[in-house]
Amino acid sequence: MNWLNSIFIFGAAWVMIFLESWLQWPRNFFGTSFALLPGLMVYAGLTRDVPMITAVSLISGLCFDAMSANPLGVSILPLFLIAFIIFQCRELLLRENTFAQMVLGAGAAVFYQLMTLFLVCSVGISPLLGWKTIWHIFVALVSGGLATPVLFILFDRLDQALNYRPRVETSFRPDREIKRGRA
Amino acid sequence: MLKRKHYIALILIVVVVVVLFKLPGQTVGKLKLAITGLFLPAMSTAGAARDLSGKTGQALTSKGELLRQNDQLRRENQELKFQLQQFAAITNENARLTQLLGWQHKAAWHFKAARVLARDPASWWRTVQIDVGTRDGISNNAPVLTAEGLAGRVSLAGETSSQVILLGDPNLRVAAMVENKETGIIMVDSSDPQDENMVDLGYLAGNSQVKEGLNVFTWGEGGYFSAGLPIGKIVDSKKNDNGLTTEARVRLFARMGSLEEVLVMLPGELTPAPAPNLPASNSRPKATTTKKK
Repeated sequence: MNWLNSIFIFGAAWVMIFLESWLQWPRNFFGTSFALLPGLMVYAGLTRDVPMITAVSLISGLCFDAMSANPLGVSILPLFLIAFIIFQCRELLLRENTFAQMVLGAGAAVFYQLMTLFLVCSVGISPLLGWKTIWHIFVALVSGGLATPVLFILFDRLDQALNYRPRVETSFRPDREIKRGRA
Repeated sequence: MLKRKHYIALILIVVVVVVLFKLPGQTVGKLKLAITGLFLPAMSTAGAARDLSGKTGQALTSKGELLRQNDQLRRENQELKFQLQQFAAITNENARLTQLLGWQHKAAWHFKAARVLARDPASWWRTVQIDVGTRDGISNNAPVLTAEGLAGRVSLAGETSSQVILLGDPNLRVAAMVENKETGIIMVDSSDPQDENMVDLGYLAGNSQVKEGLNVFTWGEGGYFSAGLPIGKIVDSKKNDNGLTTEARVRLFARMGSLEEVLVMLPGELTPAPAPNLPASNSRPKATTTKKK
């Protein structure tokens, strides 16, 4: 049932891009939308293989740029790098730890914002940059940090609900049973 | 240590990004529209759900409040009807005089109402997606307004949805004229680029007398916007380049932060001007009617 989990990752990417562009209240309160995609890439980097990471970053990057005025394809590389770097050192990361997930999500959100801005500027386009950009990056940091553990919980629940659990072997063996009492 | 599979993935990503950057603008536009189409059903449904929740709220309004609103609307309706009659008389008079002088008729415009479906997910652009497209007669570069004033222009018209670039985005500049006939260019507010309701009016002459409170309209130069569309009000001004140019900050009439519905201006069919009441012997140059492109 691994393919089902993969479909859910693509579905989650679609939902996140939709929410980022459709939700109005984060803009009204914070002046910017939440950064949700980097958290998904953190999850993909910690749990999926490289072909899957490549596919998710390609599709989600294309969708994000299509909904935005970004040059098409500019988000793909930052998203891929987030997941790829995490994939490379995932043996060193405490993937089950909520705090570690938060830190990774927050870092990924900031990295994504900065790298996308760098790429946009490097292709000769001048985006809207000012002092409030720092605030926007801070909102991305917090939202990315909070969204990542939630994503892990959601995907774990889905995994538990839809995938077969390996049967747990009991340590009890009848031939090693201690017979009590008088024989 | 990177494996061969990892190198292939990295190279693939870089190649795809480079190819996408090198694609011609028209192809990129088509690709963007095709991908945006994946989100349209959800956005339309979400918009309809939002409307429905609004209507549910209205259903709970008390009868007294409804009667009060009804009374107010009736009065407004009477006033507007009266204004419309005056406007029709002025339009007829204008058409007669235009014909008498032999001037070219200006093309009539009509509006297509559209709902804002989504906003740019990146905080460094100001664009929105609207639910009308080429199927509704929308074309690229059509001006987009709110009831208060100019909001932007269509940057990418798809079949059923379009992308609108809003005032204050670095990719949109508008030739503008202040009430006192000073002309300049509307561009990004340099002091606070992320303030959605403020823009700069730059390239004004150094001796310009732009004062706080003066209204700013579109100038009509540049091809996209017809003259006289309200943009905003001057807030303050300063001299730049050792007094060679003046720059003014303009507060936009359209409330960019809460755009929900907009009007797209479409060039309409020309209505023939009524024949002037002239004596038969009076020969005048025939008026030519041309459709404004």
